[in-house]
Amino acid sequence: MNKPHTYPLSMRVVHWLMAALVLSLLFAGLTMVKSLGPWQQQLLAWHKVMGVIALLAIVIRLIIRLRSETPKLPDTVPKMQQLAAKLTQFGFYVLLFVMPLSGYLMQNAAGRPLSLFGLPLPTLLNTDLALYGLFREMHGWAALLLVLLIVVHILAALYHGLIQRDGVFRSMVRK
Amino acid sequence: MAAAVYAVHFSGRAPVSAQDFVNLQQGSQIQAGFRRAHANGFCISGEFQASGELAAYSSAKALQHGSYPFIGRISIAGSNPTAPDLRAPVRSLALTILPDTVHQWRTAMNTPPVMAVATPEKFFQQLLAIQTNTVPQFFADHPETAHFLEWRSHYQPTQSYATERYHSINAFYLVDQQGKQQAVRWAAVPLTDDAGVIADEEAPDALQQEFFRRLQQGPVRFDVQFTLATANDNPADATIPWPETNPQLSAGTIVIEQASVQEGGACNALNFDPLVLPVGFAPSADPILRARAAAYAESHRRRAREVLMQQVAGGADE
Repeated sequence: MNKPHTYPLSMRVVHWLMAALVLSLLFAGLTMVKSLGPWQQQLLAWHKVMGVIALLAIVIRLIIRLRSETPKLPDTVPKMQQLAAKLTQFGFYVLLFVMPLSGYLMQNAAGRPLSLFGLPLPTLLNTDLALYGLFREMHGWAALLLVLLIVVHILAALYHGLIQRDGVFRSMVRK
Repeated sequence: MAAAVYAVHFSGRAPVSAQDFVNLQQGSQIQAGFRRAHANGFCISGEFQASGELAAYSSAKALQHGSYPFIGRISIAGSNPTAPDLRAPVRSLALTILPDTVHQWRTAMNTPPVMAVATPEKFFQQLLAIQTNTVPQFFADHPETAHFLEWRSHYQPTQSYATERYHSINAFYLVDQQGKQQAVRWAAVPLTDDAGVIADEEAPDALQQEFFRRLQQGPVRFDVQFTLATANDNPADATIPWPETNPQLSAGTIVIEQASVQEGGACNALNFDPLVLPVGFAPSADPILRARAAAYAESHRRRAREVLMQQVAGGADE
């Protein structure tokens, strides 16, 4: 079987756009829960809109991923690292669903229905303090896990790109 | 402990965070599952009968002529959910009008009409001063507290929650269809002459008992009076009262029909964040208003986590 050496253009575009979106959302989120600054509200409003967009983005990404042929890691990569890479990728998909869904549901449980550009979005949960607690904690802890995963991912990408130079880094950058 | 917080945060390095505020408010005795400020309170519900008088200034649904349901909460200041309510320095009335909709308007009103200080940093210092018993020195060092002290010098707490005036304190903007903004403050003004009778002055919930008994006789009403700012008023400064000559309009009547304890009550899940505003309202630039939202959110997170853990523990016991 002849696997491609790079990810298809659609996946590379979605990867880099989502990287920018997710990093911005994480920085905004981690800042706005601490800050008493006057811009906190604008950031919160932006975070909610972009969070809904991030949910749509991960759905689209999963569809593209399932329909695309993705490159295999080179045989020079040890088995344990191959497994780690698979787990990291799986973890990203899980967290990129958990983040927007928990954010959406915690707003529902707090009695604050969401809307996107003036269009009201469906309320899936009743107002409930314990459910708010569940999804609020999920949102906060998943964010920290995601930061951790991103750090591991960047370090691994740099290791392949700068030290191993085995084409793994290039597979997400260019043809 | 307070001194340590002070040392870290007023040495000119880290700004005060929402977590610092809530840490300070909850004190060393954490009351799991309760609000970190205004812990002692009860739920109310009823209707807001909007007059439509403010419809020309705002496109908000709650200000168009009509009747809209609300969920609310009456409370006293402090972190102790069983503190004697008659002795609290501040009483509060909070409302979520049109709950569970994108039109909802949340407001948290208190008995003082103004803030003692104008910024979150100074408010934090004021809370520290209360804990370290240095309030007189704090007031002396902050001349902007003059209007608050003037109010406090002739404020007489009443014998009933139904006969207090509750103020938005911070200013907001009303926004009309064309996007034109008008700065406003509002207050809930009591509509009853019945002063009320406290059955048992020693009861920690004396005021709550009085209110529950009063509701058995019929609904409790408040007029919601809006004061419009003029060019001389600064909407970003909550320490200065606006002149009584400013235009005043009645937004409508709050009709409180039911009350219940907060445990299991509809108000318990709500965070009365004054920045949950519908289209037709906008926050002013008042930095205290912005800080209230962040601190309330942190308090909401903490008590929700505790209630979740209690339910998980309770479920495991069964």
